[in-house]
Amino acid sequence: MSPAATGREQALAEGWELVVGLEVHVELSTATKLFCGCANRFGDEPNTNVCPVCLGLPGSLPVPNATAVSFAMRLGRALGCEVQGAVFARKNYFYPDMPKDYQISQYDQPTSIDGRLELVDGHTVGIERAHIEEDTGKTTHIGGGGRIHDADYALVDYNRAGVPLVEIVSRPDIRTAEQARSYVRELRAVLLAVGVSDARMEEGSMRVDANVSVRPAGADELRTRCEIKNLSSLRSLGRAIVYEAQRHVELWTSGERPRQETRHWDEARGRTTPGRSKEDAEDYRYFQDPDLVPLAPEADTVAAIDAALPPLPAARRAELIAVGGVGAADAAVLVERNQDRLVRAAVAAGADPAVTATRVVNDLATDNWSRVTPDGLAALVAMETAGQLTATQAKQVLAEMAEAGGAPDEIARRRGFEAMAGDDLAAVLEEVIADNPDAWDRYRAGDETERKKLAGFLTGQVMRATKGKADGAAINRLLEQHADQ
Amino acid sequence: MSALALAAAVKSGERSAAAVVEEHLDRIAERDGEIGAFNLVLAAEARADAARIDSALARGEPVGPLAGVPVALKDNLCTRGVPTTCSSRMLEGWHPPYDATVVQRLRAAGAVVVGKTNLDEFAMGSSTENSAFGPTRNPHDTSRVPGGSSGGSAAAVAARFAPLALGSDTGGSIRQPAALCGVVGLKPTYGRVSRYGLVAFASSLDQIGPIAATVADAAACYEAISGHDPLDSTSIDSPRELVTASLERGVDGLRVGVLAELCAGSTRVEGAAGSAVEGVAADVIARVDTAAAALEAAGASISVVSAPSAVLGLSAYYLIAPAEASSNLARYDGVRYGLRVDAANAAEMNVNTRTAGFGAEVKRRIMLGTYALSAGYYDAFYGKALRVRTLMRREFAAAYADVDVLLGPTTPTTAFELGAKTADPLLMYLNDVCTIPANLTGHPAVSVPFGSGDDGLPVGVQLMGPALSEPILLRAAAVLEQAAPSGGGAR
Repeated sequence: MSPAATGREQALAEGWELVVGLEVHVELSTATKLFCGCANRFGDEPNTNVCPVCLGLPGSLPVPNATAVSFAMRLGRALGCEVQGAVFARKNYFYPDMPKDYQISQYDQPTSIDGRLELVDGHTVGIERAHIEEDTGKTTHIGGGGRIHDADYALVDYNRAGVPLVEIVSRPDIRTAEQARSYVRELRAVLLAVGVSDARMEEGSMRVDANVSVRPAGADELRTRCEIKNLSSLRSLGRAIVYEAQRHVELWTSGERPRQETRHWDEARGRTTPGRSKEDAEDYRYFQDPDLVPLAPEADTVAAIDAALPPLPAARRAELIAVGGVGAADAAVLVERNQDRLVRAAVAAGADPAVTATRVVNDLATDNWSRVTPDGLAALVAMETAGQLTATQAKQVLAEMAEAGGAPDEIARRRGFEAMAGDDLAAVLEEVIADNPDAWDRYRAGDETERKKLAGFLTGQVMRATKGKADGAAINRLLEQHADQ
Repeated sequence: MSALALAAAVKSGERSAAAVVEEHLDRIAERDGEIGAFNLVLAAEARADAARIDSALARGEPVGPLAGVPVALKDNLCTRGVPTTCSSRMLEGWHPPYDATVVQRLRAAGAVVVGKTNLDEFAMGSSTENSAFGPTRNPHDTSRVPGGSSGGSAAAVAARFAPLALGSDTGGSIRQPAALCGVVGLKPTYGRVSRYGLVAFASSLDQIGPIAATVADAAACYEAISGHDPLDSTSIDSPRELVTASLERGVDGLRVGVLAELCAGSTRVEGAAGSAVEGVAADVIARVDTAAAALEAAGASISVVSAPSAVLGLSAYYLIAPAEASSNLARYDGVRYGLRVDAANAAEMNVNTRTAGFGAEVKRRIMLGTYALSAGYYDAFYGKALRVRTLMRREFAAAYADVDVLLGPTTPTTAFELGAKTADPLLMYLNDVCTIPANLTGHPAVSVPFGSGDDGLPVGVQLMGPALSEPILLRAAAVLEQAAPSGGGAR
């Protein structure tokens, strides 16, 4: 039932299976914080976006930000969750960067439950819940080694305190490190598609913790898991999962068992180190926050959210593939870059789907492509398929279209890109054959593999002689004609 | 002179706001050394505010219904730039950067804040003896407590330091001291008055309300401070009924229920089945019976009503309130404001600060509440208390289907001697037994002075009603005020 292991990361010993669930915190990109009117903005001077509420001053009270709540519900629906009446609860623990020494979160009645996320490879990961909570401030340890235990003092910035978060908890449905990364990439794509977060791991607006355990392949049980924190990139996520899983296999194999604990990923050393164990874990004493009334979305609220949901990445990939001629890998890239609509519109305007997809995937890997219109792209692809432009020329024209705009035929004319007439090309090919008799003989006598290899060489020579103006497909046709003569 | 009479005199030009404020400051200077009602007297600020009101009047500008009326604020209400201590060492040196919503509203109504009054630390207590700054004394007999936790506010009104004061009521902290000091105390419907700027004790129970010498003054103050506030999510968003206009309409046809569980020994309750809370003194019950007769004489019908869960209120309250308090008071950790006792690391600093900053009763309740919410105990304690609360809401709702208001005592006894109950927390907790039900149900309740006990000290009777029944409660209270036997009252 588990998908086939793929990739070199999957180095688990024979007979063991990886079981991973992810907890992802995302900051919602609202204008203001979750319970007050302070700006929700990254990178400002410390302690400038604060007020009595987000500083937790005595007497202050939280008031929910309606936009944050609706963002959270929109995200829930985009993840296929049931969006339900929800209750804010207090999670009580002491930490200097938490102003009230409790965090307002949701506990037994979260906003969203029971969803799913379909990955690029078609594998589906269950979503257990997605709940709203407030972020904490940020502590910087100064002096000593700059770490908690040897610092001289600490500075706290409360600008982040009270920023709205949604924590998305997956079911333990992930079976490989690559799937874990794919899950995070897909979640990010959904977040961007519905426009509720900028989801930047490097800025901390998307933070991932991994619950890792292993079990004998094919078993149904869930064994002791460890929660890995400090995963600041997709690379760290993959490495940490592999490391931790191997550690578990070694423990089980040698007759020991892992302890349920929180572990810290050390990127420099490539290993996890123990943090809090379950025995000394805090008792958070959750209870319903009496300062806040339960959230009770009405049926038409949810219906309105559904009606306004944009097409989601999985559906967009499927639509693109359904056009025909676009492969799954290209479709994934195009949707991730938000270029699927451009490609579909160009195809609708008559362009060849495969050539269009290839051209955009390979040659439009930029954020700055808004000047490329579907008609312009379709015209470019038409010129290329008609042999009026070589692949190399098409690439250059497309780059200029993205940078400065303009119609492809005009750009091609200005640049002097006119594919060589057949006779001229034949003349160049004759010269190349004359200069490389050995290669030509081997091409003529060779089997298919040999021909392919030498065709590449000969084409390269023609390209060099024509400074890239020749069309690769035309050269190939000429080569075959000559060989048969 | 009542608050309303003072406001009328100021508005008519008969007296200046400055003179009114000066008269009260004089009285404070003369006697507060003995009473200890105030943590802080804001003489200069009060004089400046009075001068502003006088010049506004001179220019013919509108000044509000409480123009020039001195008001005392319980010292757990935030005042911008003015120390707000909660009578705790923990908040020493803290100056809030904002005013509580009720403070803004009182100022907008023209009232003049004359000072911040003493309380049991963080409002936890029933005698104002749990103050880090020393106790407040009862103006009727300075060997007695004024009640608590709003003891400073009740004593200030009883000693005529101010005709109006604000208190906060979590388990009876407005009504109980009002009763012991012989003044009127109203706990409004939960959500009717914004809690924004009230330093939280137990958020689901806390309500701010007026303490006044007369029912009409309490009604006017309630009108000034109540109403929806977008800064408090639990604030009720519905139109206010003006209570002052209907105050004189009487109680003809009103259905009054004597709450059997609070009135063991009443001539009316005798023979009624079920258990009642113990320890309510016979002289207090006798006053309740007289009050019932007075309402009956004014046209009300009297019946006996039972809400058996009322006797469970005390137990439920002393789980729910400490549980919420344990969380609300976690923020006093020495990191951001108030007291800090340094240590090698933040966690130890937290412990040192809280050890030094909190008094014994606050520590006791934090421990009780922490325990009640702990894994493995939640269901048996906090969870069960919530179920009792639900049951009480249901029973009181059923009772209000049959009667418009409930009548009972406010406190088990008249004011007791200082030190009489400090050694026994449970004995002290029993002071709240009659007032707690209205906090757990969220319903409004008012305590009205109604004569005195065998010891000559004031007795208060309590009227309770369903949510948003303040207009009816205050009408009935006004009838009792007129019918009250002599004795008690403001000193």
